[in-house]
Amino acid sequence: MTTTTTSHYPTAPTAQKLESHTLSVLVDNEPGVLARVIGLFSGRGYNIESLTVSETEHRAHLSLITIVTTGTPMVIEQIKNQLDRLVPVHHVVDMTVTGRAIERELAMVKVKGKGEHRVEALRLADAFRARVIDATTESFIFEITGKSDKIEQFILLMLPLGLVEVSRTGIAAILRGPEGM
Amino acid sequence: MSKEMTGAEMVIEALADQGVRHIFGYPGGAVLPIYDAIFQQDKVRHILVRHEQGAVHAAEGYARSTGKVGCVLVTSGPGATNAVTGLTDALMDSIPIVCITGQVPTHLIGNDAFQECDTVGITRPCTKHNYLVKSIADLPRVLHEAFHIASSGRPGPVVVDIPKDIQFAKGTYSKPKDFQHKGYRPKLKGDMEKIKAAIELMARAKRPLFYTGGGVINSGPHASALLRELVQLTGYPITSTLMGLGAFPSANPQWLGMLGMHGTLEANMAMHDCDVMVCIGARFDDRITGRLDAFSPGSKKIHVDIDASSINKNVKVDIPIIGDCAHVLEDMVRLWRTSSIQPDKKSLQSWWTQIDKWRARKSLAYRPSNEVIKPQYAIQRLYELTKDKDVYITTEVGQHQMWAAQFFGFQEPNRWMTSGGLGTMGYGLPSSVGVQLAHPKSLVIDIAGEASVLMTMQEISTAVQYRLPIKIFILNNQYMGMVRQWQELLHGGRYSESYTHSLPDFVKLAEAYHAHGIRCDKPGDLDHAIREMIDVDKPVIFDCLVDQNENCFPMIPSGRAHNEMLLGDAAEKLEDAITEEGKMLV
Repeated sequence: MTTTTTSHYPTAPTAQKLESHTLSVLVDNEPGVLARVIGLFSGRGYNIESLTVSETEHRAHLSLITIVTTGTPMVIEQIKNQLDRLVPVHHVVDMTVTGRAIERELAMVKVKGKGEHRVEALRLADAFRARVIDATTESFIFEITGKSDKIEQFILLMLPLGLVEVSRTGIAAILRGPEGM
Repeated sequence: MSKEMTGAEMVIEALADQGVRHIFGYPGGAVLPIYDAIFQQDKVRHILVRHEQGAVHAAEGYARSTGKVGCVLVTSGPGATNAVTGLTDALMDSIPIVCITGQVPTHLIGNDAFQECDTVGITRPCTKHNYLVKSIADLPRVLHEAFHIASSGRPGPVVVDIPKDIQFAKGTYSKPKDFQHKGYRPKLKGDMEKIKAAIELMARAKRPLFYTGGGVINSGPHASALLRELVQLTGYPITSTLMGLGAFPSANPQWLGMLGMHGTLEANMAMHDCDVMVCIGARFDDRITGRLDAFSPGSKKIHVDIDASSINKNVKVDIPIIGDCAHVLEDMVRLWRTSSIQPDKKSLQSWWTQIDKWRARKSLAYRPSNEVIKPQYAIQRLYELTKDKDVYITTEVGQHQMWAAQFFGFQEPNRWMTSGGLGTMGYGLPSSVGVQLAHPKSLVIDIAGEASVLMTMQEISTAVQYRLPIKIFILNNQYMGMVRQWQELLHGGRYSESYTHSLPDFVKLAEAYHAHGIRCDKPGDLDHAIREMIDVDKPVIFDCLVDQNENCFPMIPSGRAHNEMLLGDAAEKLEDAITEEGKMLV
């Protein structure tokens, strides 16, 4: 015998393992299309970890939205199908499933400090191949690109050296090889 | 051929070119140019409702009973927000609607202008798609596209928001073309390999079951015909969701009745015990599945749906087939006819024996009475006295809706209009207005509850104005019956706010609206009163005073599985062998 609940809705399913997936969504570049996509995520209770949007082909009026999301395998499948159902959506590709995706992110990192901290920050930036794109006598702004974990690592190292703020683009992804999505 | 005209004229021209004969609406400042255009033509007839929610429900009834797109015209701001309930209802039940909303002039958008609201923002999650038309050059394409999107694939509501300056602007109209939308391509044909695998699985089944839904109705009468053919060819039992009633005739012995929370025992037990489930155009909604981890544990599942996002949403299926029901059913019928595998007659025989045992429990039975009208009896009499007529039924939401689904027999598709997904009280009356308009010679009955019907009662005025002789058959128990039933079962019988004091006198109310009122409170008078209702050639409000304490059974209580149904006290006791009878709560 099961326990009786005091709701007329079924109980929540037992927790399953969450996975992180990167989805590339090719959409018509028209007003409101981003609102449709993020409204779908908030309305259905899906997560957005990272979101990147930009026009890709000006003449074709197409934009590419790259979304990093987490969920159970069933939820990830739902997200893909729900996105596909939106009228202005052309394609949805689960980049994680293809196993052929290159993912990159760009961050600008502002660090303030003098003396040994300043030298150390520059040394680390060099090791991470971050470029100095702005400098004052007491600060640097570094530009760094790479996988998210590399950027995380760099930010972590800058923390004790006078990290002021970070601006990140979110993840952009593309498939390896000659074929397009 | 293209013509120069104003945006407002384009709206009418596009509606006419799309085959629209009726539009339900309510005027206001931001749609006056369109109303002016309506005044100067006679291709599209406007039906003036009394509230914009009523306009959308009427359009839903119109659409559901004809298979055409239902059309709505409302003004900006409150006109649009009042339409939201209807739009959400249409989205949940996949009803094709095109709703044109007026908007403040483009230069005032975002300015908090009078009667301004962010219509596309508000309706984005409650439409299949929506548009804000900012240029007259886009208007003809958008209007035609709206009809295409509303009616193709999984149907749904589409909003076209047109600012007032665009309605005045002049532009070139173009006829609907067989255009290709840039990205929107609903898939109609199912994957042939998957259909073959499904047929093979079905042929090898020992305890098969068809579970069908509103998708079969939406796919058109041809889909229902093919479903009947397939069910008859296989000899398998069939059940259906609330939205699917009528796709398969209830008079057929292979019909097990509706399944789900208030479905029959035989339908739900068959769902639980089947070894192959063939789901066609249904979506494993929570009212259907009950407890998910105990849902039909031993079955292989085939799922046919035009919407890929319906597949594996709640229940993992073994053979998903994405396609239109009619297309897939056509392939299934053909493959079944040529299949070399013969179903195992012996196991099928014992499966039917088992089903007959469940049927013998008479799960819909209730205690008859000579003193008070039992609501179930009222529906039974209504069915008996109208079944030879050309009848369409709409409902509100609650106990009366479930009793109508259980006791009114549907033999044809598109005859049953009910709010399934959203569960909108107040749906039935305006919906019946739309149905009657589309079928002026037919008998259209709204089976109602007194609480629901008061939510949209004003639309009786619309029915009177357009001489639409709808019949509002109210099962009046003075309670929000379903709310009271849940309070009885789950909240210790504390009937918090579920009793309606100060109900109106429905007969006088009918008379005040220039309709006809009938009251009946004795079982012996019921047949006569129903005949009177049928014979009166004007809108009727029938106040049927029923047993106040009757509850809706059978029922799957909260958090339970299909084989843990709660039966009414009149059902047959458990002497017959039933699987897992220990779990049965009687």
